[in-house]
Amino acid sequence: MCTTCGCSTHKARIFGVSDTPHHRAQTRLHYRSIPPQTVQEPQAVTLSATHAPGMNAKRILRIERDILTQNDAQARQNRDYFSKHHILVLNLLSSPGSGKTTLLVNTIRKLRERLPMAVIEGDQQTDRDAKRIRATGVPVIQINTGKGCHLDAHMVNRAMQQLPLQDGGLLFIENVGNLVCPASFDLGETHKVVLLSVTEGEDKPLKYPDMFHVAHLLLLNKCDLLPYVDFDMDQAVQYAYRIHPGLPVISLSATLGEGMATWLDWIETAHQGVAGKQVPDTSPAVLQLD
Amino acid sequence: MHEMSLAENVLQMIEEAAQAQHFSRVHTVWLEIGQLACVEPQSLRFYFDIVTQDSIARNAKLEIIDKAGQGWCNACRHLTRISSRHDACENCGSYGLQITDGDSMRISELEVE
Ligand SMILES: Nc1nc2c(ncn2[C@@H]2O[C@H](COP(=O)(O)OP(=O)(O)OP(=O)(O)O)[C@@H](O)[C@H]2O)c(=O)[nH]1
Ligand SMILES: [Mg+2]
Ligand SMILES: [Zn+2]
Ligand SMILES: [Zn+2]
Ligand SMILES: [Zn+2]
Repeated sequence: MCTTCGCSTHKARIFGVSDTPHHRAQTRLHYRSIPPQTVQEPQAVTLSATHAPGMNAKRILRIERDILTQNDAQARQNRDYFSKHHILVLNLLSSPGSGKTTLLVNTIRKLRERLPMAVIEGDQQTDRDAKRIRATGVPVIQINTGKGCHLDAHMVNRAMQQLPLQDGGLLFIENVGNLVCPASFDLGETHKVVLLSVTEGEDKPLKYPDMFHVAHLLLLNKCDLLPYVDFDMDQAVQYAYRIHPGLPVISLSATLGEGMATWLDWIETAHQGVAGKQVPDTSPAVLQLD
Repeated sequence: MHEMSLAENVLQMIEEAAQAQHFSRVHTVWLEIGQLACVEPQSLRFYFDIVTQDSIARNAKLEIIDKAGQGWCNACRHLTRISSRHDACENCGSYGLQITDGDSMRISELEVE
């Protein structure tokens, strides 16, 4: 944990350089207590007062804000940027070792003549995956989350500012290997792609439903190992459908290349969707009165 | 460790509210947590106490309100109670319900001074 304040998120490092996310810097993460202020008339709706009204009376404030509000707001900004620049962004999610980096390396090899690409790598420690990506010649940023178990929209925002992102290109985000909480954090991606390898068992959609619920595509990886493991492909798909009816599924082998063509076609289609999309004007309409 | 960053978010939102609405002490925090939300309430309590140590919410009581899960069944067109995303419709047994409630976590109210 951070020695200054005991927080975990300060440990996020981008290529070994400590990342002080600006939302935190601005909003006093360091738990300084707010000095007492002269109490004014409360602006909030005061539902009930437990003491007689007056200075420093206890009061109840209705807040009604989602805890992920800040992440979602940043994700929206990221998404606006990507869509304005026609960048297809794929967030790759799976438990550790399902083959995300292997798939990325082989996908990049197939596509690098056709599309400008970049990669954001998320891991708790090391830049081993970034090195594997860099060997392909594609720009990559490694984020180390320290004890953090997921990427969030602010980390992605910081990383994307350090990457050469080309209009009409493709950005891959390899999330921290974890089938649980990365599901809750919108990064502003175009699609969430979930990998499940056949050595993990077909019951994972039932055990980790959130991940399969938010997925836009399920890749069943390591199909070359099917003869050696007891994995019922149909059953896995049925379980995934319970959580997410109609979820597109592609089975492939990232190492041997079987099924890769279908995956590349899927990317192609998604890329056309982004390129063809009319960018909605999000700026508020201004009414000129006189 | 996921709950730690959620606890940090809660504190940050409390501090924003403190500036906007002029209070300097928080006595109680009511959190509404859906049964389907991706959070472990026990762990959130633990980290809430840690991250609020030196803040205006120090020693604040954390009240967690459970919110039941609810889904819409397209097959029989009914709302049904669910306790997990892979539950079947109580009415007709179909799977693949559309979640309509109980998947969020929010700060609902604060008792402040
Ligand atoms: N047989 C087989 N092995 C594979 C396949 N894809 C990946 N692997 C192996 O699985 C292991 C883990 O692969 P990675 O690509 O590092 O997995 P990852 O999801 O990036 O792992 P983390 O980043 O640590 O979460 C490596 O030994 C790969 O060679 C596949 O299709 N078939
Ligand atoms: Mg990897
Ligand atoms: Zn810190
Ligand atoms: Zn997490
Ligand atoms: Zn039904």
